Amino acid sequence: MNSAADLPSIEAIVIGASAGGVEALLNILGSLREGFKLPIIVVLHLPDVRRSHLVEVFARRVAMPVREACDKTLVEAGTLYFAAPGYHLSVEQDRSFSLSLEARVHYSRPAIDYLFESAADAYGSTLAAVLLTGANRDGARGLAQVKRRGGMTIVQDPDEAQVATMPRAALDIHQPDHILPIRGIGRLLVELERIAC
Amino acid sequence: MEKNTEIELRLLIEAIYLKYSYDFRDYSGASIKRRVNHALSQFECTTISALQEKVLHDPAAFMQLLQLLTIPVSEMFRDPSHFLAIRREVVPLLKTYPSIKIWIAGCSTGEEVYSMAILLREEGLLDRTIIYATDINPRSLDKAKQGIFSMESVRAYTHNYQQAGGQGSFAEYYTAAYGYAIFDKTLCENVTFADHSLATDSVFSETQLISCRNVLIYFNKKLQDRAFGLFHDSLCHRGFLVLGSKETLDFSSYGNQFEPLVKQERVYRKS
Repeated sequence: MNSAADLPSIEAIVIGASAGGVEALLNILGSLREGFKLPIIVVLHLPDVRRSHLVEVFARRVAMPVREACDKTLVEAGTLYFAAPGYHLSVEQDRSFSLSLEARVHYSRPAIDYLFESAADAYGSTLAAVLLTGANRDGARGLAQVKRRGGMTIVQDPDEAQVATMPRAALDIHQPDHILPIRGIGRLLVELERIAC
Repeated sequence: MEKNTEIELRLLIEAIYLKYSYDFRDYSGASIKRRVNHALSQFECTTISALQEKVLHDPAAFMQLLQLLTIPVSEMFRDPSHFLAIRREVVPLLKTYPSIKIWIAGCSTGEEVYSMAILLREEGLLDRTIIYATDINPRSLDKAKQGIFSMESVRAYTHNYQQAGGQGSFAEYYTAAYGYAIFDKTLCENVTFADHSLATDSVFSETQLISCRNVLIYFNKKLQDRAFGLFHDSLCHRGFLVLGSKETLDFSSYGNQFEPLVKQERVYRKS
């Protein structure tokens, strides 16, 4: 890992995860202390459901406030957001959320690419994007777009991931800034927050 | 590079407005950008400027682009609990009116229209209701008028219909042929399909109920407010407004002009 001095100043963190993602996310986010100030926006693929219980599940295990990302609301510091089931989620230039029912991407809605590509445009070099375990190819293109816009990219070490397909698909088309196990990702997010806030 | 893209995108949207009067200027940026990027590959253009040249000089090309800029995904009885709430909470009040006018704004290819018409028929209200079904996309309106949907999707709608409190057999409402379901034409006897833009047009009738679902998510706050203003002006005293499951009046300046009737299902009533 780079030394702290090399780390950029980050305004927001986006995370994408699929199969095995709940456990990986609980490990990373559960380790963050109360008062973590950066916003974290998560797309987690779920089986087709109208309502998800992610907010309730994570609110019990994470020290930050947890919300579903609502259309046209501003991204607030220190908040953990989940994309609503059945809708794509994007971040606009004015740092507000927008929802969309456009076609599925990689059979998924919400899609990780959709969030990552829009957040890359909105935040540019002040975005950090994390791609975790999963069984499809979503997130790879989005991660590459984050890098093109000068943001930081982090991929879970495929050897450690519960399902390695998604991290490997990203590594096929993109050389991320960091390839890390879950614990290392948690530590890096803490370090990014310390520098930014 | 990215700076150029932003400029070109704005110019394209402006050109479309100036030439064809379709106003996408206050649509949510991220989604429009994504759809224009998709259009680039469909039109085999390498830049948005090239796409602009094409659609500016060729109305047929613009009509093709319009299909990519609008989102025609819809389903019948989408969010069944929403229709159940209309049936239980709104219909009893609608029954007190001698005649009813309903506006389905942004009806796309008609799924919401047929859902509403079926619900009203089962509640004995269809004969005294006029439905205005509006959209900006003429091809979507044509498709809505035809009322032909693939059997594959109709199977999913059947499940929705049952969950939405459907009282009959969904198959009574269509004739199946060659993998398609042709919906009963009498459902649309009192439906007027019309071209109408929430961005540029004004109110055309007084209504008792307006349904505008999964349209406002594509608008920015300013355009959302314009639409809410139209709905407010069109609705009669104590009229009903129903929205998509992720749409809300909470952040609008019209928020205090409506009260939630079934908040969870996005059913509002004019205060």
